[in-house]
Amino acid sequence: MATGIKDKVVILGAGCSRFGERWDCSAEDLLVESFTEAIEDAGIEKKDIDAAWFGHHDDMVGMGKGGAPLSVALRLPNIAVTRVENFCAGGSEALRGATYAVASGAADIALAIGVEKLKDVGYGGLPPRYPGGLAPMWAPSGSNAGNFAQLASAYCSKHGVDLSDLKRAIAHVSVKSHANGAKNPKAHLRREITMDQVLNAGMIAEPLGLYDCCGVSDGSAAAIVTTPEIAKSLGKTDLVAIKAMQLSVSNGFESQSNGWDGSYFHTTRIAAKKAYAEAGVTEPAKQINVMEVHDCFSVTELVTMEDLYISPQGGAVGDVLDGRYDADGTNPCQIDGGLKCFGHPIGASGLRMLYEIYLQLLGRAGDRQLQSPSIGLTHNLGGEPSMNICSVNVIGLHGG
Amino acid sequence: MSVIGITGYGAYLPRRRMCRQTVAEGHAWLAPGLKGKAKGVRTLAGWDEDTITMAVEACRNCLGPDDDRSRIGAIYFASTTPVFMDRLNAGVVAAALTLNETIRASDIGGSRRAGATSLLQALDSAAANNPNGGAALVVASESRKTRAASAQELAYGDAAACIEVGGENVIARLVGRHIMTVDFVDRFRAANTPYDYSWEERWARDEGYGKFVPQAIAAVLKDANLSAEQIDKVILPCPFRGLAAKLAAKAGLSSDAVANDHALDCGDLGAANALTLLAAELEMASPGDKILVADFGQGCEAFIFETTDAIAQFKPSRTFSAQIENGVLETNYLRYLTMRGLIDWEKGPKAEKDTRTSLSALYRNRNMLLGFIGGRHKETGEVQFPASRIALSEAGHEIDALEPYKLSEKHGEILSWSADRTALSPDPPNYYGMITFPEGGRLMMDFTDMLNVDVKTGMAMRMVFRIKEVDAPRDYTRYFWKATPLSPPVR
Repeated sequence: MATGIKDKVVILGAGCSRFGERWDCSAEDLLVESFTEAIEDAGIEKKDIDAAWFGHHDDMVGMGKGGAPLSVALRLPNIAVTRVENFCAGGSEALRGATYAVASGAADIALAIGVEKLKDVGYGGLPPRYPGGLAPMWAPSGSNAGNFAQLASAYCSKHGVDLSDLKRAIAHVSVKSHANGAKNPKAHLRREITMDQVLNAGMIAEPLGLYDCCGVSDGSAAAIVTTPEIAKSLGKTDLVAIKAMQLSVSNGFESQSNGWDGSYFHTTRIAAKKAYAEAGVTEPAKQINVMEVHDCFSVTELVTMEDLYISPQGGAVGDVLDGRYDADGTNPCQIDGGLKCFGHPIGASGLRMLYEIYLQLLGRAGDRQLQSPSIGLTHNLGGEPSMNICSVNVIGLHGG
Repeated sequence: MSVIGITGYGAYLPRRRMCRQTVAEGHAWLAPGLKGKAKGVRTLAGWDEDTITMAVEACRNCLGPDDDRSRIGAIYFASTTPVFMDRLNAGVVAAALTLNETIRASDIGGSRRAGATSLLQALDSAAANNPNGGAALVVASESRKTRAASAQELAYGDAAACIEVGGENVIARLVGRHIMTVDFVDRFRAANTPYDYSWEERWARDEGYGKFVPQAIAAVLKDANLSAEQIDKVILPCPFRGLAAKLAAKAGLSSDAVANDHALDCGDLGAANALTLLAAELEMASPGDKILVADFGQGCEAFIFETTDAIAQFKPSRTFSAQIENGVLETNYLRYLTMRGLIDWEKGPKAEKDTRTSLSALYRNRNMLLGFIGGRHKETGEVQFPASRIALSEAGHEIDALEPYKLSEKHGEILSWSADRTALSPDPPNYYGMITFPEGGRLMMDFTDMLNVDVKTGMAMRMVFRIKEVDAPRDYTRYFWKATPLSPPVR
């Protein structure tokens, strides 16, 4: 029986670049920006890092394959660098590699860093996807928006929810995130929006309008991890620890078996249950104080509230509209603005979520600081509802 | 020895019908003369339809959903607008229909009478090669490009028709035939050029149709040892309004016998015209009817069929008359130009994505991609698409527990859907979603012909063979199956 990751690894330092249309910056520049903050926060030198995991996704506007682009950008001292790609959860995957390296004792200090430079694609939107040779021959000619939008029809059908009620609830999701993002100097979109704006925006993929979709941005985020003992020896007192680190990957059940109804994330439920067990969380709605979830689309965040067992099944529409996930609600979600306001530089997003939880737990979140949170959660999803990977990590004060 | 004859038929009409008045009004400033030709509608293939996809649907309408198509030993694909010059179009159709890989297959073109030519060849070949019941599919399919403001733009329609021939359950037997081949060039289209070139209509009418067709009718009546009065229906595909009746009268045929040429609700269907009109007439025929067809084109091909008692037992799975009723009027001329690739429209950067097809992967997966074959677990019966060596619910490591399972004739239901305005499409939005099959299996797939449809979860859908994507730089068309409403709203 595995003993789990709880409290074996702590975050020594974290960094996050400003996200946005960083026309002046290359991916390398963004890496330097997040890494500089992280290593200064950690209070170590580059030579102290034993190994690095590098989340980076896109080939068309990317830095190239392999670990070398990171090693060159940061002039790492010929340490092991592993590039990881796991759909949109590459940042969380990088953290998993670094965390496990430290937990195993193979490394004392490890770096997890991710970056994406999406705005070099030359148009609004994501670079084209090339999902292998066979899938394009039969899979729909669609988009991420259209794939995630389907949650809405399936959810309404399953729970007997009127589409107009769901539309209002998911509009509230975006209004809430924009209100939060407006307070975050590192967010890309820093303007509050109204329900009317969301509900009257142009249609992207029914029923998702423009404001139901997250932005497209450049950005990088980083975390340096070590053992609690080493962190203490380096003079750190308040330690933020990994409490649980779970990843669940689709095996075709959702896309091929009639057992899935299309309204929820099968993998999120599995990863959440395992993560709560690993972290010792028994009542997530009460114990999780702050959440950063993968709100690529507003409807994703809504159903994720149920898949993380915070809202009851079929209850998320009411909970969202009641303000439960607002900054002043009982379960604040996307307090940094989320993907909605940060955009989704693919390899960086999971680590950007971690960065916010880290700041919140240490009371360093400035204008958007919540009152003494002790346990946070990151949820980083990649793929589409019918075929995806889901990372759920629980992060908390060490020993708490 | 059994008599070889027609054993089945089925026509396919695309659901869109271009309003001719819309086209003529658009060109009124340029070509006011078109106004006189602006009556009715023409059938219009959607952006994801071509002569291969229409042929598949016509064959399916003829064959019905029955899985066992092993009786089919040959397939003839007739068209002057084949998709491929060097790739057997009939072979793609055969693969989509999951016909045996041992069948004979040919593409026949070269003339607007290619459908009639193919039918006679199939009958002869079946009689010569397998007199005891070898069946063949003859499918004629046409979709011609036309210049803006041309008479052809109004006249030409898109359609396909399939005639099955064989020796069992013959519903119509051949009783006479006559073939003339004369290099009379009233119009032509050179290889690799998109549009027809036509000579003066009056010359074509008087010296071409006006002379060849009566000659052919007289000769075929003589061959059948029948008099003109004995003919119940006469099909004379002809682009001149009213000419068919005059030619029939000239040949001594009753004006009541002249079949509806469907010029006003389908159009001039080129190489598919004769077989489509034959399918339409067979649908209404009674036992003992004698149907004469004279198909003009660099000569004339004429034949007479006499229906048998068995005709009452045959019905195509989607009738011609139902498809005539089920059309959806297209009154947006620019959408027509865009869908058919007749205008250089801005596709945006998404169109820059490379959609090259791995031909080796296609071949390896041809049953899946063209035949829409998934897998069913031999023991549990669980259906999955695509098939895989390790079955979907296999918790251990048993391999190869699946048997082939065809989904193309199954009906599905919408579990989830979206109408996507960001996906590249000549006819946005692109509808797609998860289709579940009540008998087992599911897949995320494109929808098509979502015309005036109020989409709902649970909506019943049937499967149709369509263009998946066109790889423009290589001019390669990729096909797969799409879902379309089982009971679309009728206008």
